[in-house]
Amino acid sequence: MSAAQWRKAMNAGAAAQGWPRQRRAASAPAGAARAEAPAPYADQDAPRWLKWIWERVAARHVFVLAFVLVYPLVATPFFTFQIGAQSLALGLIALSLTFLSGYGGMISLAQMTVAGIAGYMVAILGVSGTAEISLGWPWWVVVPLAIAIATVCGTLIGWLSVRTEGIYTIMITLAIGVAFHYLALQNYSVFNGFQGLQKVYAPTVLGVNWGEPLPFYFLALACALGGYFLVQYLVRTPFGIALQGVRDNPRRMNALGFNVTAHRVAAYAVAGFIAAVGGVLFVWYNSLITPGSIGTSWLINILIIAVLGGMRHPIGPFLGAIVFVLLQNFAIDVFARERFNLVIGGVFLAIVLFSPDGLLGLWAAFRARFANADARSRISPPRPSGRT
Amino acid sequence: MRPSKRLFVRTLAGAAVFAAFAGAASAQQVVKIGLLATLEGPFAAGGADGMRGADMAVRERGGMVAGKKIEVIKASSDAKPDVAVNATRKLVEQDKVDIMVGPLSGSEGIAVKDYSKTQPNITFINGSSGAQATTLVNPSPNFFRFNTEGAQWMVGLGKAALDKGYKRVMVIAEDYAFPYSQVQGFMVEYCRLGGKVPVKAWVPLGGKDYASVIARIPKDVDALVVVLGGADAVNFLNQYEQAGGDKPLVGGSITVSQDILNYKGKRRDSLVGTIAGAPVAEAFDGADWKKFVADYQKAYPVSAGGYPSPSLFAFVYYVNMKAALQGLDEVKGDLSDGQKKYREALAKMVLKTPTGEVRLDSNRQAIGTSFVTEVAKDSKGELYNKVLRKVDNVDQMLGMKKEEFKIGSRDEPNCP
Amino acid sequence: MSRFWKWFWGIAIGGPIAVFVVWALASNERLFLVTLLNGLTLASLYFIVAAGFTLVFGLMRNVNLAHGSLYILGGYLGYVVAEQTGFWLVALAAGFLVAAIVGLAMQVSIFRFMQGEDLRQTMVTIGLSIVIADLLLWTFGGQVHQLSPPAWLDGPLRGIPVINAYSKYRLALLPLGIAIGVLLWLFLNRTRVGMLIRAGVDDRGMLSASGVNVNLVFAITFAIGAGLAGFGGVIGAVELSMVPGEDVRLLLASLVVVIVGGMGSVVGAAIGAAILGVAETFGLAYAPTYSVVFTFVILVLVLAFRPRGILGRPA
Repeated sequence: MSAAQWRKAMNAGAAAQGWPRQRRAASAPAGAARAEAPAPYADQDAPRWLKWIWERVAARHVFVLAFVLVYPLVATPFFTFQIGAQSLALGLIALSLTFLSGYGGMISLAQMTVAGIAGYMVAILGVSGTAEISLGWPWWVVVPLAIAIATVCGTLIGWLSVRTEGIYTIMITLAIGVAFHYLALQNYSVFNGFQGLQKVYAPTVLGVNWGEPLPFYFLALACALGGYFLVQYLVRTPFGIALQGVRDNPRRMNALGFNVTAHRVAAYAVAGFIAAVGGVLFVWYNSLITPGSIGTSWLINILIIAVLGGMRHPIGPFLGAIVFVLLQNFAIDVFARERFNLVIGGVFLAIVLFSPDGLLGLWAAFRARFANADARSRISPPRPSGRT
Repeated sequence: MRPSKRLFVRTLAGAAVFAAFAGAASAQQVVKIGLLATLEGPFAAGGADGMRGADMAVRERGGMVAGKKIEVIKASSDAKPDVAVNATRKLVEQDKVDIMVGPLSGSEGIAVKDYSKTQPNITFINGSSGAQATTLVNPSPNFFRFNTEGAQWMVGLGKAALDKGYKRVMVIAEDYAFPYSQVQGFMVEYCRLGGKVPVKAWVPLGGKDYASVIARIPKDVDALVVVLGGADAVNFLNQYEQAGGDKPLVGGSITVSQDILNYKGKRRDSLVGTIAGAPVAEAFDGADWKKFVADYQKAYPVSAGGYPSPSLFAFVYYVNMKAALQGLDEVKGDLSDGQKKYREALAKMVLKTPTGEVRLDSNRQAIGTSFVTEVAKDSKGELYNKVLRKVDNVDQMLGMKKEEFKIGSRDEPNCP
Repeated sequence: MSRFWKWFWGIAIGGPIAVFVVWALASNERLFLVTLLNGLTLASLYFIVAAGFTLVFGLMRNVNLAHGSLYILGGYLGYVVAEQTGFWLVALAAGFLVAAIVGLAMQVSIFRFMQGEDLRQTMVTIGLSIVIADLLLWTFGGQVHQLSPPAWLDGPLRGIPVINAYSKYRLALLPLGIAIGVLLWLFLNRTRVGMLIRAGVDDRGMLSASGVNVNLVFAITFAIGAGLAGFGGVIGAVELSMVPGEDVRLLLASLVVVIVGGMGSVVGAAIGAAILGVAETFGLAYAPTYSVVFTFVILVLVLAFRPRGILGRPA
């Protein structure tokens, strides 16, 4: 069976319980409708890639891509760096959580821990202000090694967590995350304790200092785009489909012969890789890493970002990150910064109570209402409600 | 819309228009100063008092300096270095402040100092961060600290401890940069004069259970040197008394500061007689200090949330903000040419503070006054710190030569 | 597990512990005994708080991450009541009641409508915990609030062999924890409501099918669980003082206790609390820099070999 047919078969099957909901209902008719509407260039002798672009790329994709590319050229360095690049780095870490929970059904609060491990490895193996601890290896050794170590740690955390069901995962990953935080806080020989490691700068490669606002933004953008397309690609592969099947009904998948545990651990490994890349970006953004960066509040913040944006699509965490960073920076101008936690907690609560799919859910509901209104005003059947 | 709502919207719109015009009119006559303190997290109470101190310095000048209006833009952190750097970056790059005053805690100070090197045209003045490394290790040419740091605050305490007969002490301190500085400042003098420190217990910041540390106190020490702050200090004192401990205490600067002596709970009479080292002492009878205290009490009565006497944080923030404004006065508000003249004025300044004179050394670190204090009870039954000794001209090298000076860490200095 | 493996693991884990105990007693028996007492008394506090958590989880599958906030809510309110009335026992009751009422409100107004959506409920509790913690910070400020023990528990108990002196209040925690444990056991095993709760833990659907008002049972359970947290808060306000950030600490302790001891089992919570309390205090006393690593190692071992906890039951 092709991946598309498989997807339709799985989605049209028994309704899945639990939350977050995926876009099952929308994709079946959309897919069917797509097959009926004539594809442009279908009958012509156009090259395959052009047909592929016409099929996949919508106006809004082009708009968003153009926006993120042009943004740093018009925005101030502050907005490029503190708002833009920070959102991209945080969004990447939250993307790992969205992948795990939205497509894998496992909410892990240890994604920031994995990112923190990558950050600490960059600081310890590379150059930092604490010469007694840092080994001073060159960046092209340090970065791949840090990402590899963090990915392995992410896989281990996953292996520990997958042997229990859904809600246990939150508790266990939270406990593991906090245990690592305390380890980093109390250990001085490797992690330098409360002080952490300072002066962890991005390297200068090919004559460009990648720590400067503009180059760093493009680096973060490249990584974010990479992560986004990786997730988009993965969820359409047989592995991704099987993972979603494991999310919806692990017993049935097991009966069908899929190794449920292996799929889950592999998902943790992929999520760990994405979080590790985000972690390297994050440590370069802050130029330091301390136990505070991987403390409980940050572990929960990543969850808040992922839920805020919506777990139904990989663009969700980036939207959530933008809103979060804007709130963090500008809440003090609108109301007291000291009440920032109250604001973010209240927003999170409101989202979970009224729109569990986050901003994307609100957007979809808005469009659905529009489409309904549109349909009621016409006689002919409406166009398919867009690609999802 | 209902009439009341319409009126409300119109008032809002009118106010916005007015504000826009007012803002535009006064735009060129304003000097923007960013103020950063910890308003969340473990030092929230200290941060609030620090902001009060800074506000006092601004109010002293009537809100104007060198003919320009002072606009203070406040930001908050929670004792985490990355949050402090983000807040500073926003103040400097987004709100475009000319001068930056802050942060509060030691680790934040080191991170902000590193950031200051990337912004050579802005002047950074410390808030109350007191780690030695901020100005001793890789100092930044545009980071100025007009307050003495943790180690300097403990000068004189070692001798006072020996005078009280404490020949062997145990150190119980939090495990981060500021307590290292404090312990170093104490031990350099104490060890040199013959005191012995057989055990040092470094406890994690925010750790609550001191029962195990208390169980480890050897029988043959004469006193405990307790360098804990905030909730940790309260917990330790409480648990120590409950466990039947009766050894006298020697305190760090934030162990017996106002916020601890006045915590919400039973007055710990066992604290009476504790000696400590600090940059302030409530009972100091200098005229300038008395005036400062009176101004604080008038502006922030206890009913409005102030302490009975200004805390260390209020004092230090006041000194640094006063230095910032005095520097502006001396250059007549000239911040051109990358603030070069302003920085030269700051480096050469002799600042009159409520406790004495302060000038800067070559690393832009303050040389100032420290007190050795003792906790006593006043006629109302409130605890306060009375002055045993006042030490002037304490420099960051603590009187030692540069070659023999080592920054405080967990193992330095050592005299078991 | 076969007999061989049971023996193997018994020796592998018990052996080093026995060696350590012998060494510690020989080198400094006072320190060892004091640390042991510290660990057991700390375990009492952890047990009281974690029992509420595991009760709520066991019956309603609701991972209540706002449990820590209920703890400090009870603590702060207990402090206020103690200041006003001067009686610690009244403060205890107040802490329990206030937390129970808030918990009841949460269950009736929010969680009742999310039956079955476990993950969503957990998210809501996270949001509630952030909001409650910040509201308390706003009201009480960042200052330390230290509740004093009642006069009859104040000060040290002197004249104990070997140890000499130990805090009376802390010593009193041990019988208090045991009393709470016994009361809970009696409640769950000897009352009708307790029987309904146990039945619900085993099979929620069946309980509902037998005509029991499941919502009422849930509400009572949540109220008791939350009340226990508040009760623990007043106790902790004396021993550990109330400060923002305590909620996270106690929540994590509850999590570890419940993971180690087993979800939904009160006896498991007792065992888990004992293990965690003793491990934490021994770590702090003998190897303070790595005390948390012990906790972590225990957590990992339990997760690796008994993912449901020592006395846990399958979901």
